[in-house]
Amino acid sequence: MYKIRKDDLSALFRKIAGEKELYLPQKIGGQTNYAVWDEDAEIDLNTLKTVKSAKDAFFPQFETLYTCKKEGKKLQVEAESLKEKDFVVFGMKACDIQGVKVLDNVFLSEPVDSYYAARRAHGILVAMACHEPEESCFCKVFGLDAADPSADVAVWMIGEELYWKPLTEKGEALTASVQELLEETEDAEKKVEEEQVQIRKIIDVLPYSNLSLEGWNGDATKDRFDSPVWETLYKPCLACGTCTFVCPTCQCYDIKDYTTANGIQRYRCWDSCMYSDFTMMAHGNNRNSQMQRFRQRFMHKLVYYPANNNGMYSCTGCGRCVEKCPSSLNIVKVIKAFEEGGNKA
Amino acid sequence: MQELITRAKELLSLGMVSRVLGWRAGDLSYNPEPAFFEKEEELGKLVYDGFCGANLSKYMIEASALPGKTLVFLKPCDTYSFNQLIKEHRVDREKAYVIGVGCRGKLDIEKIKAQGIKGITSVSDTGLNGEDEIKIQTIYGEKTCTYNSALLSRCHVCKGKEHKIYDELMGESRETKDAERFDEVKTIEAMSSEERFAFFQKELSKCIRCNACRNVCPACSCRKCVFDSTKFDSAQKANVDSFEEKMFHIIRAFHVAGRCTDCGECSRVCPQGIPLHLFNRKFIKDIDEFYGEFQAGEDIETKGPLTSYTFEDVEPGIVKERG
Repeated sequence: MYKIRKDDLSALFRKIAGEKELYLPQKIGGQTNYAVWDEDAEIDLNTLKTVKSAKDAFFPQFETLYTCKKEGKKLQVEAESLKEKDFVVFGMKACDIQGVKVLDNVFLSEPVDSYYAARRAHGILVAMACHEPEESCFCKVFGLDAADPSADVAVWMIGEELYWKPLTEKGEALTASVQELLEETEDAEKKVEEEQVQIRKIIDVLPYSNLSLEGWNGDATKDRFDSPVWETLYKPCLACGTCTFVCPTCQCYDIKDYTTANGIQRYRCWDSCMYSDFTMMAHGNNRNSQMQRFRQRFMHKLVYYPANNNGMYSCTGCGRCVEKCPSSLNIVKVIKAFEEGGNKA
Repeated sequence: MQELITRAKELLSLGMVSRVLGWRAGDLSYNPEPAFFEKEEELGKLVYDGFCGANLSKYMIEASALPGKTLVFLKPCDTYSFNQLIKEHRVDREKAYVIGVGCRGKLDIEKIKAQGIKGITSVSDTGLNGEDEIKIQTIYGEKTCTYNSALLSRCHVCKGKEHKIYDELMGESRETKDAERFDEVKTIEAMSSEERFAFFQKELSKCIRCNACRNVCPACSCRKCVFDSTKFDSAQKANVDSFEEKMFHIIRAFHVAGRCTDCGECSRVCPQGIPLHLFNRKFIKDIDEFYGEFQAGEDIETKGPLTSYTFEDVEPGIVKERG
């Protein structure tokens, strides 16, 4: 294991960014989000949660797939090139790392999504332990350990130092490329263990850590789908897309054409099951009410996805929806509402 | 709070209203949600504290279509929105029993967190009778902050604590206005056009097109928004080019001009903290200057400045003259 003084982190980032594109949390317009490093970046590693997850680095909110250009009677189709260079995402928490695993099951299974696969092949993930978890966090419910996140490299911020531990070949290579800035250290294991004990102690007392997922599984479709609970539960929902867009696992997208004077740009962008034209087909829409669309989101996360992915949930307990829903509605309240209803249909 | 519950129960049991529209206590100490209550026993969960910022008037569109009257709790600023919705025939006055509730300003949890307060497990009484100092229990120890330091920005430029429409009133208000409503607009007007462009570009480039601002807006009550249409290129889900994020917000601001009451919900709900109210407030200031002072939602009769014509109206050329 290695360490580096926090004061020297800017040198570390400059060094990494000199060779690879580096995404890390930055304060932009008062909000902390992942963005590509540059000299003027206001890096913010203290804010626990970025507004949006790190999902954009692998599955951006908007990406062009190809462009068609018309010149006279000729039509030219230009495919967008796939990611070819390595890049680093620094500071991802355990919940966001898990989010990528959820996306992997979707995009890397046949038929493989080549745009996503290229980004995953070139992405190097540096995970960061959560120094001070907050009340909206519930990753423990999904079996994650925010004190011991697993990626290519794991880091811990302890006191005035950052501890650095490569975990994969990619991680070893990244470590080698910044070796001169890292100091090999003997006390690291002990320091990190102490920090982990502290983090886990906090996680144990978080208000949502004991949330029960009883009744939510891949076999619960009929039971949950037909429940009358949804009829009242969805009422405060504004039908905005905030929860879906800040979520590390929401993966639905739409494909549209942007028309220009002499061609089109075919792009894909995140879709939201909260929107009225979600999965609209030629015959119309099979979810005509907000109740149905609202139900879709939670059924997908807690029932359909586990049914198709060996029981893995499509929620990582990051708590962004808890913090950001304009109507203070969220997946925790949904789970609790079913619990109050005796977990019965 | 108990008096609100008692009165709501009374009106329900007398059959004067069929349901109650209020706020239901959340599972954390600061996240109540708008809710309909249909039974007396459900009303135990009704809450009215500093975190009940949500403006309930837009939910009355839905309630107006239901049988019977709905008891709705409206804060002073919410009554402007409710009046405007009556004027636009989107809610039915006869279907509403309005209890105007007092207000001491509403809280912004982000402003509490910005003071380094995190891991919140409980918050002292933020109701109308609560102290000026809020005590907050956290996993990381007890913290305090003043009520004033955590107010939503809109409360600092409060339009006043007078309810513009009500059937009865409950609870004492406390004044919160300590800044001028148009000061922020004036600051932006004083910028050069390049600075102004840079300012809005920085803010609007944070937009994730979640539509929360539009969906919460009482003035945005079209049954089908142009940005939800699948028939035009006005895609709702992505900023295809850097212009589009501006287009969405500017079109929206134009559409609600003269009807926006400045309730501030757009800025309250924005997950990226974009000060969206600035667009609307600029329009309000311009309208005041061009057509005489006007406050949307002040009453239900007065014609709006952009929907009536007088000989005193400015000529369109003012835009060119003014620059």
